[in-house]
Amino acid sequence: MDRTTASQGNPAAGAARGGLFARHGSALLLLAVIVLACAAPFLISNYRIFQLTLAFGYAVALLGLNMLTGYNGQISLGHGAFFAIGAYVTAVLIDKAGMHYALTIPIAGVVCLAVGFLFGLPALRLEGLYLALATFALGLAVPQLLKYKYIEEWTGGVQGIVLIKPNAPFGLPLNPDQWLYFVSLFVMLVMFWAGYNILRGRVGRAMVAIRDHHTAAETMGINTALYKSLTFGVSALYTGVAGALSAIAIQFVAPDSFNIFLSISFLVGVVVGGLASIGGAVFGALFIVFIPNIAEGISKAAPWAIYGVMLILCMYVLPTGVMGLARIGMYRLRARRLRGKRA
Amino acid sequence: MDAFLQQVVAGLATGGIYASVALALVMIYQATEHVNFAQGEMAMFSTYIAWSLVNAGLPYWVAFVATLAFSFVAGVLVERLIVRPVEDAPVLTVVVVFIGLLVFFNSLAGWIFSYLIKPFPSPFPVTPLKVGSVVLSMHSIGSIAVTLVVLTLLFLFFRYTSLGLAMRAAAQNPVSSRLVGIRVGWMLALGWGLAGAVGAVAGMMVAPVVFLEPNMMSGILLYAFAAALLGGITSPGGAVVGGFTVGVLENLIGTYVPFVGNELKLTVALVIIIGVLVVRPSGFFGQVIVKRV
Repeated sequence: MDRTTASQGNPAAGAARGGLFARHGSALLLLAVIVLACAAPFLISNYRIFQLTLAFGYAVALLGLNMLTGYNGQISLGHGAFFAIGAYVTAVLIDKAGMHYALTIPIAGVVCLAVGFLFGLPALRLEGLYLALATFALGLAVPQLLKYKYIEEWTGGVQGIVLIKPNAPFGLPLNPDQWLYFVSLFVMLVMFWAGYNILRGRVGRAMVAIRDHHTAAETMGINTALYKSLTFGVSALYTGVAGALSAIAIQFVAPDSFNIFLSISFLVGVVVGGLASIGGAVFGALFIVFIPNIAEGISKAAPWAIYGVMLILCMYVLPTGVMGLARIGMYRLRARRLRGKRA
Repeated sequence: MDAFLQQVVAGLATGGIYASVALALVMIYQATEHVNFAQGEMAMFSTYIAWSLVNAGLPYWVAFVATLAFSFVAGVLVERLIVRPVEDAPVLTVVVVFIGLLVFFNSLAGWIFSYLIKPFPSPFPVTPLKVGSVVLSMHSIGSIAVTLVVLTLLFLFFRYTSLGLAMRAAAQNPVSSRLVGIRVGWMLALGWGLAGAVGAVAGMMVAPVVFLEPNMMSGILLYAFAAALLGGITSPGGAVVGGFTVGVLENLIGTYVPFVGNELKLTVALVIIIGVLVVRPSGFFGQVIVKRV
């Protein structure tokens, strides 16, 4: 696991000497990306806007999975289940209870928090491989559970539920796609801000400590059982919120879209983006939204062939994912600049 | 009563298939402590090879043997080329690589053979056998027989040949085995080859029932996991008993428990898996592993 550890090096090294960019480089970069993201929906087609909206949702799910797998070391191959629960809670509340879509997002998150916490309790007894097995089984069983005839009244069975696309409120001059884009972007930024605060502090360090050495962490006074099941719950919350976002964006939920391959594509996103990195979630989400789009021209199977190869390749040559690569590149660049100054 | 018996026999037939896949999983687990998530997809791919050979005009049993040979070689190659470099890596890495293999075989089959559902021939007569008033399909009986033959052969191989002994030794104590001159790495590769061949048998026996398509093994793999865990993932005999038990259980629960029916079959497997892991992680016959930290 050591190689995937987020290296918390010293980003401020040499910053004192640098200019504005060197001192606030990453903050400025973030700001630039956000400005670009706000401008994008006015420059691209509605279909591309829709894809980016989906990607923002996925990014939230990937951050959730990354908390669990990357930071806490618990493998989940069944996060599609929580995504499905989030999506269905939202769809049912809008469709049957006539609730406003914005209210359903936090409710979906809370429901998933509870379910995830409860699933995390038996999962406490399962280490590594066995947890992977149990969650794999969960991921496989989800579509069947959603089709179950006694809950068909709410879930709509195989047919699923169709929703109506909401319009922009307050007479804003945005079309529905653009509006949903900003809703997703906003939710994603809030979730990432919260995630950043959870992960960089005491809680995050405790999670990493449990991953790296369970017994040592316990000796240090960390309540490992509580942390592990809470991490499971919070991770499920993130994934549930993502599911809610995707249900609103796609305007449709059906059991077969939440099969095991959804869970696997989350794993692909996390691994490609970078285990134990926050920014990696965004990259991973863009990867799993746009790669199938590009590759499907070759063959229906091509995206998955690429996923499979990427999963294996990443483990061999890029265990820290794209973000790890970027981080190494930054260090190299900075080291070279420092050397240049000394000479 | 007849209906009950019929369900039991049908359960034994699918149970035999679960037992084979579970056995393949256990063989790899024993040697390396890895669970091969791609076992089902490898079996599915082998079945496609068999299908191509039968379609090319080969007699069924010739195609059967050729497929076994192919699967054996494929298993060895996968171990040598893909699994070996991550042998001692953390669990997460290994699981991700296996999931990568699963996805890869699945999409490869879809790419080459398309996602259309294909019928697969059964080597056994179509006319059902009647014992009293119980009607048994010949394919069920045939696949139980084939499973039992495979299991017996494996047992004889591991128990009475020196190669089998060497493989068991390599799994149990790699360091000492290497000291007495066993090539441990190759023994692992052989284990993967055998597991591939056993999986291929399971695939060819189940394909006439569930039809041939790239996702045909996912449910079976899940039941095989349940079987392996129920019997104890460290025990080959346990995997076989677990396989037959789970097969019969699945059919009886599907028939007699009204709120489960046929629609929640996978959920039954999920409940078995989590139940066994939480209540008795070592299964019926497995040994309890004590780890030093």
